[in-house]
Amino acid sequence: MNEPTFHHRQNKNGLLVDRIRRDGLEKTIRLLSGLISLVLIIGVSVSPRVSGQPQVRDDLSADIQIPPPPFTDGIFPCMDCHADMETNPERRALEDFHDDIVLKHDEENRWCMDCHDAENRDMLHSASGKPISFTESYKLCGQCHGPKLRDWKAGIHGRRTGSWNGQKEYLLCAHCHNPHSPEFKKIKPEAPPLKPGEIR
Amino acid sequence: MSGIKTILSPIKIGRRSFLKAAAVTGSIAALGACGSKADRDAFFQKNFRDMSKDEIARVIERLEKDYSETYGRPFSVSTAGPLPETNFGYALDISRCIGCRRCVYGCVEENNQSRDPQVHWIQVLEMEKEKGVDFLHSNLYYDHDEVPHEGHFYLPVACQQCRNAPCVKACPVDATWAEEDGIIVVDYDWCIGCRSCMAACPYGARHFNWGKVTIPEGEVNPASHYLGNRPRIKGVVEKCTFCIQRVREGLYPKCVEVCPVGARKFGNLLDKDGEIRYILENKRVLVLREELNTQPKFFYFYG
Repeated sequence: MNEPTFHHRQNKNGLLVDRIRRDGLEKTIRLLSGLISLVLIIGVSVSPRVSGQPQVRDDLSADIQIPPPPFTDGIFPCMDCHADMETNPERRALEDFHDDIVLKHDEENRWCMDCHDAENRDMLHSASGKPISFTESYKLCGQCHGPKLRDWKAGIHGRRTGSWNGQKEYLLCAHCHNPHSPEFKKIKPEAPPLKPGEIR
Repeated sequence: MSGIKTILSPIKIGRRSFLKAAAVTGSIAALGACGSKADRDAFFQKNFRDMSKDEIARVIERLEKDYSETYGRPFSVSTAGPLPETNFGYALDISRCIGCRRCVYGCVEENNQSRDPQVHWIQVLEMEKEKGVDFLHSNLYYDHDEVPHEGHFYLPVACQQCRNAPCVKACPVDATWAEEDGIIVVDYDWCIGCRSCMAACPYGARHFNWGKVTIPEGEVNPASHYLGNRPRIKGVVEKCTFCIQRVREGLYPKCVEVCPVGARKFGNLLDKDGEIRYILENKRVLVLREELNTQPKFFYFYG
């Protein structure tokens, strides 16, 4: 380990010298961290607008693409309507709009604002309040469904298409599970095979 | 005994040489009847593994011409070989499969299975949750309005691509074998249709073409492989090849792509960071009829 040299000064003014240097160091660190947070804040505020193109994410391998979130036509960006509306933080049954949404997803304990961001409706947010883009909604889901997120990243949970040894496409959780009512819906099966006696 | 020998010996023709002579005479007679060069080439076509590069090229040229004429569209028959450092494995999540049979029909279309008489490489078995994996109480012919059906789970079965494959040992003419990448293939032109392999397979994964293969016009898949999905003829055995025509080009098998719940996983067993290795190392995995020591490369797991 490389100890900073000022720890080993033996002269009579050693302590003072050390403190001055240390203060300088702390200032630099504070300045740097300030700069980093500024960059982060700018980054978040100009950020993840949902585009029509599949996007590559930093937390997934580079050869994995995900199609855009499955929004109902014309519903996004949410701020087109919500920008001029006052946020009503009251937990309630929706009547004027979005009344078609049936919440069957831990509905006793949750409601809209637990996942949707009250300030910026074009974003979701984590339990800690950190904004999450709709294109990265798996980060939100993964807060409760950790093992599933782990399996999804490994390509085990959910459909994966493309190339087994190259470029692949994943789906977001919401492509298969309606986030408001996530249980996989039953479907009609294809026809059964013919019985041997029915084959000519 | 010696009496019989004495009686027979003046003839000086053993059973073996008699059969040889008969075969040669018969072949010459047959060739005389159908004299075109293509017919002659087809008659003398060797086992795929014994052919030289030139011979393979001639066979492919003839097959592509035949298929193009039969199906009225450009047809390609690939002979792409195994990729280096590759041994294919498959895993199916029993807890996800909903028994919708999308894989069955996706496979039929991709692999040019006969529609009539019907051939299905994938058989989806419906089983009772209370009984667990129990073939005796499984139902292949379930016909519900919606799946998954209450109290049931589904177990799709196709070729298990065994490392110790009984079908390969049973073939009397070496018409079926394991490729370097672990795919068990059939040379349909070398198969004599004896169905020994079908009797040997404990999974019912091999299927016989009892009649002339029919594929509706416009539904044939012209991107084919010699050892895979090229249209078969009457009287030969066929089976799943992990979509050899796709996976040797780097694509996932068709069943993986069409599964609506993502229950089907495919990859290279030698890739330690791959999906299949992840499943083997982290999930509860089973193989069908482990006690027979067939050593399948098709795994079932609970995700």
